[in-house]
Amino acid sequence: MPYLLNLPSWIFLMVFFVIPLASVLALSVATGNPEIGYQYTGHVHEFVTAISTYQTQLIRSFWYGIASTVITLAISYPVAYWIAFYGGRNKSTYLFLMLLPFFVSFIIRTLAWEFILADQGLVLGHLKAWGMLPQSFHILSTSWAVIWGLTYNSLPYYVLPLYVAIERIDRRVVRAANDLYADTRHTFLRVILPLSAPGIFAGFLLVFVTNVGDYVNQQVLGGTGTYMIGSVIQDSFFTNQDYPMASALSSVLMLLLLVAIYLYARTFGTDTIQEYSA
Amino acid sequence: MNEHPKPPPVQGLEIDEALLRGLTEARSSRRGFLKASAGMVGLAPLLAACGVAGTAASGKKNKEFDWTAWWHKQQPTTELVFANWPYYIDTTSSGNKHPSLELFTKQTNINVSYKEVIQNNAPFYAQIAPVLQAGQSTGYDIIVITNGWQLTQLLENGWIVPLWMEKLPNFQKYASPSVKSPSYDPNSKYSVVWQSGFTGIGYNPKLTGREITSIDDLWDPKFKGHVGMMSDNTELGSVGMLKLGIDPATSTRDDWQKAADVLNQQKPNVRQYYDQSYITALQDGDTWISQAWSGDIYQANLKGYKDLKFVIPEQGVMYWHDNMLIPLHAANPLSALSWMNFYYTPKVAGMVADWVNYISPVPQAQDYIRNVIKDPTVADSPLVFPTPSEYSKAHDYYTFKNYADYSHWNDTFNPIIQS
Repeated sequence: MPYLLNLPSWIFLMVFFVIPLASVLALSVATGNPEIGYQYTGHVHEFVTAISTYQTQLIRSFWYGIASTVITLAISYPVAYWIAFYGGRNKSTYLFLMLLPFFVSFIIRTLAWEFILADQGLVLGHLKAWGMLPQSFHILSTSWAVIWGLTYNSLPYYVLPLYVAIERIDRRVVRAANDLYADTRHTFLRVILPLSAPGIFAGFLLVFVTNVGDYVNQQVLGGTGTYMIGSVIQDSFFTNQDYPMASALSSVLMLLLLVAIYLYARTFGTDTIQEYSA
Repeated sequence: MNEHPKPPPVQGLEIDEALLRGLTEARSSRRGFLKASAGMVGLAPLLAACGVAGTAASGKKNKEFDWTAWWHKQQPTTELVFANWPYYIDTTSSGNKHPSLELFTKQTNINVSYKEVIQNNAPFYAQIAPVLQAGQSTGYDIIVITNGWQLTQLLENGWIVPLWMEKLPNFQKYASPSVKSPSYDPNSKYSVVWQSGFTGIGYNPKLTGREITSIDDLWDPKFKGHVGMMSDNTELGSVGMLKLGIDPATSTRDDWQKAADVLNQQKPNVRQYYDQSYITALQDGDTWISQAWSGDIYQANLKGYKDLKFVIPEQGVMYWHDNMLIPLHAANPLSALSWMNFYYTPKVAGMVADWVNYISPVPQAQDYIRNVIKDPTVADSPLVFPTPSEYSKAHDYYTFKNYADYSHWNDTFNPIIQS
């Protein structure tokens, strides 16, 4: 009888998680094309082809994911720290102000960066006119433009979990650390940073996983040689209509992300997460 | 085998051994894991027996249908649902009324529901294909699809209603000869052209420093880092073939490989492979020279970017068409025919061409625009009404015969864009 109480969540998980996942995995071992249909033959050659043909894009996507996550963390941590510790009465206002740009659609924000970073645009145009940069310098159509696009679009997803984690830190431990002769730097490194580790992990999950699979930033801000695995999967699915390959690529990406997260969790530990989730 | 140590008796509480075992052992045991994997392996033969049906079988069945009888059975209706691309019909400056559609409603009493839902051929096809395969109505009476693999697929799968030519006298009378029997739809059996365009070269003479006349200019090392190419692999592959003097419509797989090789040589010069946003890059000056669509350059000029020019290179341009089609199970097929017939007149085609600025399929609309609307900029523009010499340089795209053909094209050209 108690198991029946679980039924709604079971149904939800089945419909929105298990069945789609099973379909993707099943289709990845199928062979066929739209004309003759697909048979689930159990051949895994799609996986082999997927990894060997697209290993450059896979490695590149993971590199962009790591780089953008680290930069996002570097930018988000001071923001979250400041709002949590020095926000005072106006914490919610500051959070709202930080979130305000993200009410605008994702595509518009990315296109705005294309406009700002244009070769003769707002930023570069003036720097070039003052002779500080050579005329041929450009940010758009390079990997760093894509990484910056990924970073910018991930900011709220890192600031909010970090804010929540830092907010929970008991202020008295800072006083206790000072009583024990810790200066500001030591207080931060030995007390506050470890206590905010659950927030860092939560943000990492949100930001890293979504950025590795991203396909929009590359299209708007990138150039040749910045193609990501997300775009490959989209092409494979829509343009090529090669569903077994697209499913195989999705499954490979999912597996690699699981491995990456597992390695992260083992290195940095997740004990504190279970404590804080209580 | 080993005796489990008895739990120490807690005061007043006797813990059952089995309960203690359940509390202290791991949730997922080796046995449970083995059971789960046995279950999954057991499902595999069941899965192998299933499959996803292909479209080839139903395609044949749909084509053997008696369409003449079907058309005669249709009753006229007073509604029309028209799905199209954005900015592709004349619109008033307030943005919500379309004079040509209103004229149509006034003359025929048919209410038009105009939906700008098509952003790209592939995603739109992916949207309507499952519906059509399930034998249901897409909800649209007219859809506008560019000639290409998706259009070929729609025709191959038998998901498009053949047109009743008797009801389209204006098409026979006013359509330009270049659209009467396109290679992808001989005798316009299933489609009539809405608008067409040229894919040529757009450039900014102030930045390139000279006039552009040839496709080889896209390969000029002087423009390194400022060349834009299209990410649509049919456009990319076709321009590669034109550079080598090959006509794409009659090309072979060896020709495709040669084009891919020459495109790979160009790669260090290319700044980016753009979708429709190549025009923003040209406007901003990020690219100096780019593959371009004729109407986009024309509209950029109108928007104030007067430096940009469109040129038909000496090797030729690609000539594409956006076609009106009636999907299967459309609710108002006779209204769709009525609109198609209404459109193919100098007046209505002129009203639309004056706003859309792509190539109109009705040549006599040019006089209408010049004399009645009195808009010489559009009437005299070769980008809207090309001259015969320009038409002679226009090439058709390669029409894919089946999925294997299409797959081979993708495998040849995708690595250039994706790497």
